[in-house]
Amino acid sequence: MMPEMLWKLLEITIIIALLIPMAAMLVWVERRVIGIWQDRHGPNRVGPFGILQSLADLLKILGKEDWIPPFSDRLVFILAPIIGAICVLMSFAVVPFSPDIGVSDLNIGLLFFLAMASLAVYSVVLAGWASNSKYALLGGMRAAAQTVSYEVFMGLSVMGVVLLTGTFNLREIVLAQSEGWLIQSQFVGFFIFLVAGIAESHRLPFDLPEAETELTAGFHTEYSGLKFALFFLGEYLGVTLISAMSVVLFFGGWLMPEPLSAWLPPLVWFIIKIMCFVMFFILLRTSLPRPRFDQLLKFGWMVMLPLALLNLIVTALLRLTGVL
Amino acid sequence: MNKEKLANSLIFSQLRTMWLVLKHTFTKADTVQYPEQKPYLAPRYRGRIVLTRDPSGEERCVACNLCAVACPVDCIALQQVVDDDGRKRADFFRINFSRCILCGFCEEACPTYAIQLTPDVELAEYDRQNLVYEKEHLLINGPGKYPDYSFYQQSGIVIAGKGKGEAEQERPPIDIKGLMP
Amino acid sequence: MLTDLATIDSLFYLAATVAVIASLKVVTGSNTVHALLYLVVSLLAVAVCFYLMGAPFAAGLEVIVYAGAILVLFVFAVLMFGLGKDETINAPKSKSVANMFGAMLLAFALLLELTVIINNAQIQQTLQANVVSSKAVGIMLYGPYLLAVEIASFLLLAGLLAGYHYAKPDVQGSQL
Repeated sequence: MMPEMLWKLLEITIIIALLIPMAAMLVWVERRVIGIWQDRHGPNRVGPFGILQSLADLLKILGKEDWIPPFSDRLVFILAPIIGAICVLMSFAVVPFSPDIGVSDLNIGLLFFLAMASLAVYSVVLAGWASNSKYALLGGMRAAAQTVSYEVFMGLSVMGVVLLTGTFNLREIVLAQSEGWLIQSQFVGFFIFLVAGIAESHRLPFDLPEAETELTAGFHTEYSGLKFALFFLGEYLGVTLISAMSVVLFFGGWLMPEPLSAWLPPLVWFIIKIMCFVMFFILLRTSLPRPRFDQLLKFGWMVMLPLALLNLIVTALLRLTGVL
Repeated sequence: MNKEKLANSLIFSQLRTMWLVLKHTFTKADTVQYPEQKPYLAPRYRGRIVLTRDPSGEERCVACNLCAVACPVDCIALQQVVDDDGRKRADFFRINFSRCILCGFCEEACPTYAIQLTPDVELAEYDRQNLVYEKEHLLINGPGKYPDYSFYQQSGIVIAGKGKGEAEQERPPIDIKGLMP
Repeated sequence: MLTDLATIDSLFYLAATVAVIASLKVVTGSNTVHALLYLVVSLLAVAVCFYLMGAPFAAGLEVIVYAGAILVLFVFAVLMFGLGKDETINAPKSKSVANMFGAMLLAFALLLELTVIINNAQIQQTLQANVVSSKAVGIMLYGPYLLAVEIASFLLLAGLLAGYHYAKPDVQGSQL
């Protein structure tokens, strides 16, 4: 009983201990890759190829004053970044990394992921409210409206996957794709999931809650030091999470077609697929401009919602007639 | 254009944008590795300000104050004195580079080509006071961008060794009391 | 030992206590947003209760729909109308550190409980045994309770139409 539990705790610790430095590395990767795409060099001074840049940034951010504004709501102000980081980290509990790595085989894994994604918005909304500043409040309100809207399509878009596999368990969803990845039949669902995922993780082009040009830094305007770092951690973990979920739901998780699967261990394939998605997210960030907020909501409710419903109905019909 | 067409062209334009950005993976970086590798700065680049001398080695500046007037941030201070030989020069000439925005207005205002901007941008200092340049810091031993120009040889002003009418493109003064045409 | 304590019954009562205390804090607090946060904690505790009773689907929906969506809208509304400011002026401003720890303690208890549940194989087995699968929920909803589902959906449709009506611009042809 006890050793088993200890093993589980060790597994959790290792996964967290790998995820957090990975998120830090992602900051560097993003800056380097954006640099390359913008015909610059990017940070390349600290360590070989600048690989230790994140470490230097972390040391700098630790040395900064951790300021809590006197006009803020102290408790909520401190709580907000913690909620954000914890919600994203909790979501990783249900991600199946490889045939035998994964914290929990929750039978409602997909629902758990959606639940954590919907709780993560509290982090942003509360940060915006507790900061007691206009920019932060506007950012928080934008985040609330945006997340509540896009959550709907995110939930609807993955229902096609649930229809085809017949389970909410993420590991079983991956195993059900051994015949062929779900992207073949669920392309529309994948597209909606990806767009909703970008909106949920407040990445460009949907980073309206923090839109620098309009709201200085949006919901984290008043944050500094370690709490600011926690927001950053949450954001980059969110990117990894959305990538991981896209891979699990639509691209067969750790599974690869026959000749390729023997070349590398499943975990490595999984990570390679995730990195492809992360690169795609970074590419989106470099190339696309930010829409106006009403355009964002209009696009959501008038394009994505009908599309998601149509995808669900067509999938159900095809499933009923036995085509899929 | 109707709405569907607009939406189509919108999505297409996004994809095209992403493709164009992706192509930049293989282009060379436009920036350089700065401290080791210096970027090329054109001769007319607007960097650190200098005071030049005319071809004979004398100061060009006549301390007319036009540069100080033109300066939008008021970073130039100077005072004129007239020497015994008739030349005007600046008693002191001070540029506060912590205020200077390197706009080049002073260079355009200068009637004698004395004040000039150079392609040197490395002005960083740890102590802000070190950014206040006095005349001896500003003055260089050369004519700068205009090697042949000498203000006193062009103007009609009398200095030691050059009387009235002896400047280039200047005719000797007419004796208005004489009878000859 | 922790594992001996962690029977389903004790965990259920812990979650229920958290829910009750948090609900009490909802109605006794003076700050609107704090009250809403306590409500979130309360709903999360209820979700844990559902999970422990073998209804993971209901627990998931509780978190997604109530804690995740509806209360976000509540918070949104509070931010929008600036309710917080008006009443904190009249309310007694208690500055003790004690009420800072209240919410933290409750949330921490929930977190502990979740970890214990996830890590305890015995509890997992018992849960799997009498679990109500999502399929069963669906069959129940579209079997015996079909009428209730239809009535609820009509109600929601009416709400949707009313919302659209209120949001409609006064002038014909202007932007929605």
